[in-house]
Amino acid sequence: MTKFALACATLACSTPALAAPAAVPNPGNNAWMMTSTVLVMLMILPGLALFYGGLTRSKNMLSMLTQIGATASLAMIIWVMWGFSLAFGDTSYEGVLGNFISGGSLFLTGTDASSVAATFTDEVISKYVFISFQMTFAAITAALILGATAERMKFNAVMVFVPMWLTIVYFPIAHMVWAGDGLLFKDGALDFAGGTVVHINAGVSGLVLAYLVGKRRGWPQEPMPPHSLVMTMIGTGLLWVGWFGFNAGSALEADGSAGLAMINTFVATAAGGLGWMVIEKMAGHRGSALGFCSGVIAGLVAVTPAAGSSGPFGAILLGFVSSAVCYLFVAKMKAKFGYDDALDAFGIHGVGGIVGAIGTAIVYQPFLAGPGDGSVAVGAQLWIQTKGVLITIAWAAIGTLIAGFIAKATVGLRVSEEDEVNGLDIAEHGERAYN
Amino acid sequence: MKFIIAIIKPFKLDEVREALGAIGVAGMTVSEVKGFGRQKGQTEIYRGAEYSTFMLPKVKLEIAASDDIAPQVVETIQQTANTEAIGDGKIFVLDLASATRIRTGEAGETAL
Repeated sequence: MTKFALACATLACSTPALAAPAAVPNPGNNAWMMTSTVLVMLMILPGLALFYGGLTRSKNMLSMLTQIGATASLAMIIWVMWGFSLAFGDTSYEGVLGNFISGGSLFLTGTDASSVAATFTDEVISKYVFISFQMTFAAITAALILGATAERMKFNAVMVFVPMWLTIVYFPIAHMVWAGDGLLFKDGALDFAGGTVVHINAGVSGLVLAYLVGKRRGWPQEPMPPHSLVMTMIGTGLLWVGWFGFNAGSALEADGSAGLAMINTFVATAAGGLGWMVIEKMAGHRGSALGFCSGVIAGLVAVTPAAGSSGPFGAILLGFVSSAVCYLFVAKMKAKFGYDDALDAFGIHGVGGIVGAIGTAIVYQPFLAGPGDGSVAVGAQLWIQTKGVLITIAWAAIGTLIAGFIAKATVGLRVSEEDEVNGLDIAEHGERAYN
Repeated sequence: MKFIIAIIKPFKLDEVREALGAIGVAGMTVSEVKGFGRQKGQTEIYRGAEYSTFMLPKVKLEIAASDDIAPQVVETIQQTANTEAIGDGKIFVLDLASATRIRTGEAGETAL
């Protein structure tokens, strides 16, 4: 939740809130936010890379790792050049435009080591730390999409798609949800750490892009079992650990709100992991390792928007419900509708994100020991959350269609049939994961 | 000389090897293989996607034996590897035309 960080983020700027004696970052808060930032980096490489990589067939392992590494790197460079400007730039636009983007701060001009960004109290943190923290969010969101298009999307198509997608989808949504003058923020939508911005956004974009790229050759008739659930489990563990930076870091300070986000990130995830295995058992199967990993991610995703906006018991409910709904989508709906969301970027991040974003309205309430004061009724908050979800879905879907079509028209989205059969590792990168 | 190929359940390997050692079998080749017979395969499920593999892991033993010991080898494997359940495996016996020990060049039964 980067809410207040933005309208006036530097000392030079003279808003009443910051006009008083120059605020100096507390080293403790800065240190925690630096730690959080590298924890989110750990989620991408190697966390997400191994999680997704293990789920591919062995001939596409390196392609997955490479696409994630390159996408995250590209996102970081773009963030510094124009991403931060569009999402949290120093210039606020008047009128309608200000709901969607900001300006100024291109190439981070006007920022130096003494610049600060506001938190949710009267503390500040160093602006470079805030910029880095937000940068990792843009990087992981773009990388998450690639799970949906795994094993068939061309590397150069990814490199063409990602900058356009970040520009027309991610930066505006981040602004809408987190910037002080953003459309959904002003509306009162609760998104503590990025349920809409990161997960619904990546999930829906993945689904649309998977549709544009088309199904993998042979899917669903041919078996395509994961090549290493051990790596998927290692990736799951790294994601869980890194997620403490993602969620508790979103408090922007090392304070009690971060502590609440921390315990929620433990227990919602535990409920998700166990919940998925229980549901497998109830469906007449055996509780599986992949089921556990999937439930862990479903729980983490759902608690993301609620991290500092839920009590621990509410978080447990959220994790369990998210597992149940994600299971339904991944195991039943996908087969029924026949979309090849290869590694379930939509089925878990999109669906879990929707459950979390809407569920936040409920777990926020005091009757579930949430931190809300009850001033906004459940029904009203539910509608605010739902509206945020719908706007995010629409924006992500339309933006992805545009970026996807441009990539398709310029470089083409898919590898050739022969390359797909031989595997993207050897065809696109000239190497094999295992020799 | 006979060449005996036996497909057995993997967990029976140690028992069979000991029993064959006791009747004087001096060597064998063991490989991990996959296949199917009446037992068919097993089903794997990944996030609800069910894959019938039609294949099960088995162990293949290859033993070259002299004519006098061969029937005893077959009988020993048959009795030791037996669990009285489907999927216990099969034993095939082929005539063996020649055998040569590479180190010494000895040929025939002395090479076994």
